[in-house]
Amino acid sequence: MVALVILMAPLLAALAAPAMGWRRAMPWIGVVADGSVLVAGLIVALHDVNHVAPIGAAGYLRIDALSAFMVMVIGAVSLLASWGSVRYLRHEVDSVACTPRQAVQYSVLIQLFVATMLLAVTAANIGVLWVAVEATTITTTFLVGHRRTRGALEASWKYLVICSVGIALAFLGTVILYLAAQHAGGTSNQALDWTWLSAHARTFNPSVVRLAIGLLVLGYGAKVGLVPMHSWLPDAHSQAPAPVSALMSGVLLSVALYALLRFKAIAVLSVGEAFPRALFMTLALLSVALAALLLITQRDMKRALAYSSTEHMGLMALAVAAGGPLAITGVLLHMLGHGLAKGVLFLSAGEIVIADGTSDFTEAAGLLTRRPGLGGSFGLGLAALLGFPPFSLFVSEITMIRGELAAHLAWAVVLSLVALAVAFAALATHGRRLLLSSTPGELVGQRTPAAAMAPLVVGLALCAFVGVSTWPLGPVLRAAAKLVVS
Amino acid sequence: MRSDSLTSALLALSSGTVLVGAAVALWRRTARGIVRAMQLQGVALAATALVLGLQLHIALLLVTASLMVAVKVVVIPLLLQRLVALDPSNAESDPVVNVPASLVAVVVLTLVAFYATRPLVRAVSGVPVTLAPFGLATVLIGFFILVARRKVVSQMVGLLLIDNGIALVALLLTTGVPLLVELGGTLDVLLVVVVLRVLATRLHAELGVLDLDALKELHD
Repeated sequence: MVALVILMAPLLAALAAPAMGWRRAMPWIGVVADGSVLVAGLIVALHDVNHVAPIGAAGYLRIDALSAFMVMVIGAVSLLASWGSVRYLRHEVDSVACTPRQAVQYSVLIQLFVATMLLAVTAANIGVLWVAVEATTITTTFLVGHRRTRGALEASWKYLVICSVGIALAFLGTVILYLAAQHAGGTSNQALDWTWLSAHARTFNPSVVRLAIGLLVLGYGAKVGLVPMHSWLPDAHSQAPAPVSALMSGVLLSVALYALLRFKAIAVLSVGEAFPRALFMTLALLSVALAALLLITQRDMKRALAYSSTEHMGLMALAVAAGGPLAITGVLLHMLGHGLAKGVLFLSAGEIVIADGTSDFTEAAGLLTRRPGLGGSFGLGLAALLGFPPFSLFVSEITMIRGELAAHLAWAVVLSLVALAVAFAALATHGRRLLLSSTPGELVGQRTPAAAMAPLVVGLALCAFVGVSTWPLGPVLRAAAKLVVS
Repeated sequence: MRSDSLTSALLALSSGTVLVGAAVALWRRTARGIVRAMQLQGVALAATALVLGLQLHIALLLVTASLMVAVKVVVIPLLLQRLVALDPSNAESDPVVNVPASLVAVVVLTLVAFYATRPLVRAVSGVPVTLAPFGLATVLIGFFILVARRKVVSQMVGLLLIDNGIALVALLLTTGVPLLVELGGTLDVLLVVVVLRVLATRLHAELGVLDLDALKELHD
């Protein structure tokens, strides 16, 4: 019953938006819907974490501890994003940057986007998962192109083509895994079902599974933003409206990584730890290294944040490569913390664009003096992203590293730490230029409206709370990690 | 016994034609010709599903075949032809990789496909599986088109070749995935084409061309 709310809330919001038409209160529908997703996710996650509950009768949807945790992550970040959308849409319509019809279209698409992500994490079946992840691409293409500039057009084309290629590879991987399952005696529905697959993976032909996992990692890896299929990410994130970037960077990438978590657990049962580990580790180290290097030269804050996402996804993929309970717990916690921190940062960047008309680090310099509220939230978000306590990324990064050391990956840890240091220096330099450097001219601090600050403060507070208290998420995290540790 | 070898031959012929379609798409320069090549490939793909369905008595494959005809032979080519009509003079006049070099690439990619599918062919027995390299080669040629061709229509065809190649591999390996996945996949291809067409129309309205080289704003 509660689980049904999870999928229905954003769908209803998507239907309600056009029925209501554009009015200033309309974007709040999305906030209510995504808030209910978060609450429903919390109820499921805290109530009963140790069994798998089917949703509906058809057997295509189900929710277990890992799904419930992902629902919570999606609920939390989409709550921030739709909250930020309220101000974004009002500003766009007031400044005639978009028509009321486009504003309604935006509201529909963003809720459909949330619904497809929720479908992906509650799918019981790898076919449904695939359809859902592909649907996220289709719903977000128009959101990326919402501003209708040439840059937005280029970014949406690139996004759709690269992610379609990725998802096509993932389809091939899915089919080949299905083939392996069929030959191990699965009927056509069993051979796609997560539960059946994990129960029987030991009997799958290893050479077939090896091919499948390779294709799945490359394919869904494109959506995670891992090198070499990452190139859509900085373009899409810099061109999309800020709340959309918050949602894409904050959760879409993690949803794709969620799929890989489950696939890896299945592959390990059939082919052993070594091959999947090498695969994840290669992509992870390449991503962390390349993203760190490219971070140095960025001038635009949204592009820089996008590269930082590739870097963090790489860090998480490295922990997935390690694979023990500690590392996986770290990955899950990092998904939540990164989603919240990135959400706050993208929304702040959106507010900076509204206030100053630019997202260039240098052009918006002196932010902390000029707009203390906004500068403060960006600065704290950056501190969270860079791994300072009390924010949860501090805990999750240490947990991931401990997990990697437990898996005897010390050399990979060292390599990733070097890249992490480069990324740290680059982001800290950009941040200092944006926040602290003085600007000629107006030096009087301007207040940022409370409506703009509210989602930022809530996001930062949640990120800090998760960082200092294992209550109430401890049990669900442990139960979720156990599901994908073999 | 005789009819069995006949259907095997038909199967080889139709799945081989899928690969030929991909090679033709790379060889032709006019947008119209490239779309035709893709249409030919759609026919070959549907024929493969039909032959396989008749040979193995799988009714579901007949549904798959008609779905393929509807989407890959009729609807998508129609959508693309209407896009071509926006700019009839549009042709790959100066591709990133020229045509003779591209055809050499076809040969190399086909060899790679045969090499890469060896573990599959060894692990699973039967005539259809030995034809799977045709599908993979088509996928690789699709990749090549995406990299080496910059016209909007060529890019869309490249994406569709990848999709057709994967459909062929799926067909030959598993003799059909469950209907739900099949429908989801087909609907998805159709939606991607529709969305890309909307973007292409916007591009044409803005810049008057169907060439991605006109868009070069985003870089590091």
